[in-house]
Amino acid sequence: MSAIGLNDILLLSGLLFIIGIYGFLTRRNLITMLMSIELILNSVNLNFVAFNKYLHPNNLDGLFFTLFIITIAAAEAAVAIAIIINLYRQTKSVDVNDGNSMHY
Amino acid sequence: METKIIFYIVSLVILGAALFSVITSKVLHAAVFLLFSLLGIAGIYFMLDYEFIAAVQISVYVGGIVVLVIFSVFLTQEAGEHMQLPKIGRALATAGILGITGWYLIQTIAGFSFKHSAEIAIAPTMKTIGSQLLDTNKFGFIIPFEGVSFLLLAALIGCIVIALKPTKKI
Amino acid sequence: MAAFLLNGLVFRPYYKALAGPIGVLAMLGSFFFATYTAWMYFGAGAALPAHFSTLTPIKMDWLNFGHGLSIQLGVQLDPLSVLMLVVVTFISLLVNIYSLGYMQDEPRKATYFSFLGLFTFSMLGLVMAPNILQLYIFWELVGVSSFLLISFYYEKRSASAAAKKAFIVTRFADLGLLIGVLILSNISHTLDFTTMIERLNDPHFSTAAIGSFMGLSIVTWGLALVFIGGVGKSAMFPLHIWLPDAMEGPTPVSALIHAATMVVAGVFLLARLFPLFGPLAPHLLTGIGYIGVGTSFIAAIIACTQTDIKRVLAYSTISQIGFMIFAIGVARPGAEESLGYTASLFHLFTHALFKAMLFLCAGSIIHYVHSNELSAMGGLRKKMPITHLSFLIGCLAIAGVPPLSGFFSKEEILLAAFNGNKIIYWLGLITAGLTSFYMFRLYFSIFWNKEFMAVSHQDHGPSTILEKGNGHNGKENEGIEHHTEGTATMKLPLVILAVFTLVVGFIPFGNLFAADNGHLESSFHLLFSIAPVALSLLGIGIAIGLYKNQNGKSDRIAQQLNVLYQAAKNKFYIDELYLFVTKKIIFNLIGRPAAWFDKTIIDGAMNGMGNITSLVSSKIKGLQSGQVQDYSLYFYLGMSGLAFLLMYLWI
Repeated sequence: MSAIGLNDILLLSGLLFIIGIYGFLTRRNLITMLMSIELILNSVNLNFVAFNKYLHPNNLDGLFFTLFIITIAAAEAAVAIAIIINLYRQTKSVDVNDGNSMHY
Repeated sequence: METKIIFYIVSLVILGAALFSVITSKVLHAAVFLLFSLLGIAGIYFMLDYEFIAAVQISVYVGGIVVLVIFSVFLTQEAGEHMQLPKIGRALATAGILGITGWYLIQTIAGFSFKHSAEIAIAPTMKTIGSQLLDTNKFGFIIPFEGVSFLLLAALIGCIVIALKPTKKI
Repeated sequence: MAAFLLNGLVFRPYYKALAGPIGVLAMLGSFFFATYTAWMYFGAGAALPAHFSTLTPIKMDWLNFGHGLSIQLGVQLDPLSVLMLVVVTFISLLVNIYSLGYMQDEPRKATYFSFLGLFTFSMLGLVMAPNILQLYIFWELVGVSSFLLISFYYEKRSASAAAKKAFIVTRFADLGLLIGVLILSNISHTLDFTTMIERLNDPHFSTAAIGSFMGLSIVTWGLALVFIGGVGKSAMFPLHIWLPDAMEGPTPVSALIHAATMVVAGVFLLARLFPLFGPLAPHLLTGIGYIGVGTSFIAAIIACTQTDIKRVLAYSTISQIGFMIFAIGVARPGAEESLGYTASLFHLFTHALFKAMLFLCAGSIIHYVHSNELSAMGGLRKKMPITHLSFLIGCLAIAGVPPLSGFFSKEEILLAAFNGNKIIYWLGLITAGLTSFYMFRLYFSIFWNKEFMAVSHQDHGPSTILEKGNGHNGKENEGIEHHTEGTATMKLPLVILAVFTLVVGFIPFGNLFAADNGHLESSFHLLFSIAPVALSLLGIGIAIGLYKNQNGKSDRIAQQLNVLYQAAKNKFYIDELYLFVTKKIIFNLIGRPAAWFDKTIIDGAMNGMGNITSLVSSKIKGLQSGQVQDYSLYFYLGMSGLAFLLMYLWI
C-alpha cells in the first residue's frame, strides 16, 4: 500500500524500539524485562518487512528473516523462562537487582 | 485515505499498549498489554499484504510466547501483587538518555527519503514462500531452515535441562 | 703496550690464593716491556743529535661523532711518557712484591691486588695518552682507584672518611681540569697533544681565535684551570688536605700512590703541556712557581711537628712535589732557561725511588711495632738492620747529601730557581734545610732515641696479627710477642730501591729530557752546590743534637715557640676551615632547602599522582555493579555513540 509510506512504518518501529529499550532498562521484574525484549524484536520485524515490501519487492528475503526471527524469539523466550525459573529457585526472587553476585 | 486512518489507529494501539506494558505495576496487566501490542503489529502485517507473517505472528507470538510468559508469572510469584517500580531517578535518567538518542534516530529516519522501488512484486503466496524456503539455489533458504531446526532442538533440550529440579543426592 | 692490556686484565677480583703471584708476574711483564721500550727509544735516539720524535704506535677511533670529530684512544711515546712508564711500572712492581709479604694475612688479599692492578692500568693509560681527553678519562680512573685503595680497610671509619675526602677534593679540582680541557680543545679545535701544541703556538691561528676575558687571554684561563686540576691531584696548597688523611690506607698503597705515581700526575700534566705554558702564559708559570714553593715551605714546617710516621712522610711528599712544581714554574722555553723542566723530571724520578723506599721502610717498621706513633718507637737500629740502612740512605737522599741521587736532582732544581727567580730560590733553599731537619728528626727518633722495649700485649689476647706467622716463628711465649723484621719479600724491594737511589744520580738526564725533546747540556756547578749542602748538614746536626739521645731539649724548644708550634702541629687549622665552610655554609644554606624542596614538592607531586590514580580507579570500580540493567545501559550508550559517530562523521 503505497499510501502508507515507508517512513511512517519506520517511524512506528523506531518508537516501538525506544519504548522497548526503556522498558528493558527500567523494569525490575525479570519477566517484564523479557516482555520488553519481545517488543524490541517485534520492532525489528516490522523494519524488515517494511523494507522488503518497499525497497525490494522482487524477493522475499525480509519475510524470511522475519520468519526466522520469530522462531528464534520463541526459542529464546523459552530458554529465558527456564533460566528465570532456575534463578528463582536459588534466590527466591525475580528481582533483577538481586542477581548481582558478579560485581566488583 | 482510509488506509492512512486505519494505519494511524493501529499504530496508536501498538504504541499505547507498549507504553502501558512497560509502565504498569501489575504483571498480568503488562502481559495483556503486550498481547494487544502484538496483535496490533499483526494488523500492520495484514495491511502490508503479508498475511503469512501475520498469521505466524499471531499463532507463535501471541498464542505461544505470551501464554508462556503468563505461565512463568504464575510459576514464580503471586500474580496479583504489585511489582516494585523503578527508582524515580533511574527512570528519569533513562528516559532522558533515550529521549535524546531517540530524537536523533527519528530525525534521521524522517529526513531520509527512500526511493520506492518500482520492480515487479512477488506475490507472497504460500506456494512461493514454501518453494523458496526449501530452495537449494542461490536465494534459497534451506540452510537457515535446517539451522533453525537445530536451534529449536537445542533450545528445547536446554530448557528442560536448565529447569530441572535439582535431584537430591543420596 | 701488551703488558698495559695485561694489566687491565689483572683487575680481576676474587682469585684468592693466586692473586699475589699473578699481580707480581703482571707487573714484572709490564716493567720488562717498559724498560725495553725505554732502551729502544733512548738507545736509538742517542745516535741522532736531533730531537726525539714523538711516536704514536697505537691510535684508534673510539667514538666517532661524524664530521671528522672523533675521540681517539691510543698510545703515545715520547721521552716524558717513556720516563713515566718506567717509573710507574718499576715502583708498582716493587710495591707488588712488598705486598706479597705485607698483606699475607689479609683475607681480602685478592681484592687488594686487583685494585693495585687497576691503579697501575689507569696510571699507565694516563701517561701514554696522546690526547687530552684520554688523559682526563684516565685521570678520573686514577682518582677512583686511589679511592678504592685508600678505603681498603673500610671497616675503619677514618679510612672511608679519608677516601671520601680524597676523592671529593680531587674531584673538585678535576672540575677545573675539565673546563680547562674544554677551553683548550675548543680553541685549538683538536684534542690531540701534538696538534694542539702546534696550533696554539702558531701565531696566525692563535691571534685569530683567542679572545680575552677579565684581562687574561683565554688560553691563559684554560691553562690555569688545567693547573687547578693538577693542584688537586698533586696536593698543592690549598687542596693538600687529603694527602695526610690518605695515609689510612695500607702502607704499600701509600708507597705506590703517594710517593711515586699519583701525586706526580699533576707534575706530569704540567710537563706535558709545558710547550703551551711556556710561550703563551709566562706569568702563569711564575704564579705556579710561587704556589709550589709556598706549599713546600708550609708543608715542611708542619712536618717538623708531626708525630705519626706516615704523616711526616706525607708532608714531606707534599713538600717535594712543591719542589717539582716550582721547578717547572721557573722554567721558560729556550735552551738555557728550560733547565727547570729537566730538573723537575729528574727530581720526579729520584723522588719516586727514595720516597717509595721510605714508605716501604715505614711499612716494615709499622709492621714491627704495630703503631704509627713515634713515641712507640726508638732504638730500632739493632733490631732491624736492613730497614735501618735503607731508611738512612733514603733520608740522606732526601736531604740532598752527595753523592746520592737526591743531591743531583735538588741541585738542578735550585740552580734553575737561582737563574730564574731569586725569591723562589731563597725559599727553596730554606725549605731544603727544613727537609733535612725533619727527616733526620724522624730517623733519629725511630732508630736511636731510646731503647726499644718489647711491650707485652697480654691484654690484646690472641687477636693480634702477629701470631699468624710471618713464616718465621712457630713458638712464642704466651703474651710476649715475637717481633720480626718482615719477610724476604718485604726486604727485597727495600734493598733494590736503596741500590738504585745510590746510583741513579749519575744518569745524564739532560741528554734525555728537555722541553723541546732535544738535548740539554747542563753543567755541574760545584761552588754553587756548597750552600745547599751546608744547609742540609746543618739541619742534620741540629737533628742529632735534639733527637739522638733522649733529652728534653726538643720539648723545651717546643714550649718556647708555643703558639707557632701548636699552629703547625694542627696543620694550620686548614682542615677546620674547610669543615666550617662546608658544614655551615654549603649544607645549611644550599643543602637543606634543596632537600626540603625535593621531599615536599617533587615527592609530593609523585605521591599525589599515585593517590589521584588510585582515587579515580576506586571510583571507576563502581561501574562494575553486577546489575544487568546497568550493563545494558552502557551497551546502549556505546551503540548510540557509535551510531552518532557514523552519522555525523561519515555522511
